Amino acid sequence: MQQFLDRVLEPEQVREAEDHLLECPGCDKRYRFEVKLRMYVRVATDEHISPELKAKLAGLRSTG
Amino acid sequence: MSESAPTAAETRRLAEEARDRVHFEEQALELSDQVYRVARRLVSSREEAEDLVQDTYARAFRSWQQFQPGTNLRAWLLRILTNLNIDRGRRVQRTPEQTPLEEGDYYLYNRLESTMADENPDEERVLERLSQNVVVDALAEVPHDFRDVLVLVDIGEFSYAEAAQILDIPVGTVMSRLHRGRRILKQQLAERAVSN
Repeated sequence: MQQFLDRVLEPEQVREAEDHLLECPGCDKRYRFEVKLRMYVRVATDEHISPELKAKLAGLRSTG
Repeated sequence: MSESAPTAAETRRLAEEARDRVHFEEQALELSDQVYRVARRLVSSREEAEDLVQDTYARAFRSWQQFQPGTNLRAWLLRILTNLNIDRGRRVQRTPEQTPLEEGDYYLYNRLESTMADENPDEERVLERLSQNVVVDALAEVPHDFRDVLVLVDIGEFSYAEAAQILDIPVGTVMSRLHRGRRILKQQLAERAVSN
């Protein structure tokens, strides 16, 4: 399932996995949870650069 | 000894180089938010992340000519960043002596599901039990070797190959550390979510 989620399987294996998910509600629920969990981790840990730091970085340019 | 004036060709070359440099710097600066986002999750504090990013850009700008135009600039910058992070020796050890508990892939799902009264909770409700702080804290508990890969792939959205290039490790190692990192993260999440 990890590789299916990471989209690193061969097309043949992808089809097999998709077929299985259609037939197996247990796996399908867990699969959908995994997808949502990954998105959620990404969103929950999102932090943006501060304007102050951005300005400092701009100050490092060769044009001064 | 008097210096001869630069030739027209030389002047042209210098002007081109200056243009290339400015262009490089602009492209690099455009990526600063993405670079920061990854840096913030690799170290423990905002201050550390800011220092790290600043040092990264200082070095990147100094060695700008080492970057091959048209190649992956984001990965190039992250490579500088991860190397700087290691050099700083803030890592006491490269590999943790004691790895936190790691459970199976479905541990978190099973734990969360079993704590809910509802027989068939939907995924949204299950995830609602995990607040933002819980996720940030749980990720910070993952040992750095695993966390590096986890952050690059799951948060930085780099491919396995890019992560391997950035960390200078084989792709196979990326995959196994990623898999284990995710399991450890889920176990940490389960611990926090269920005790709430």
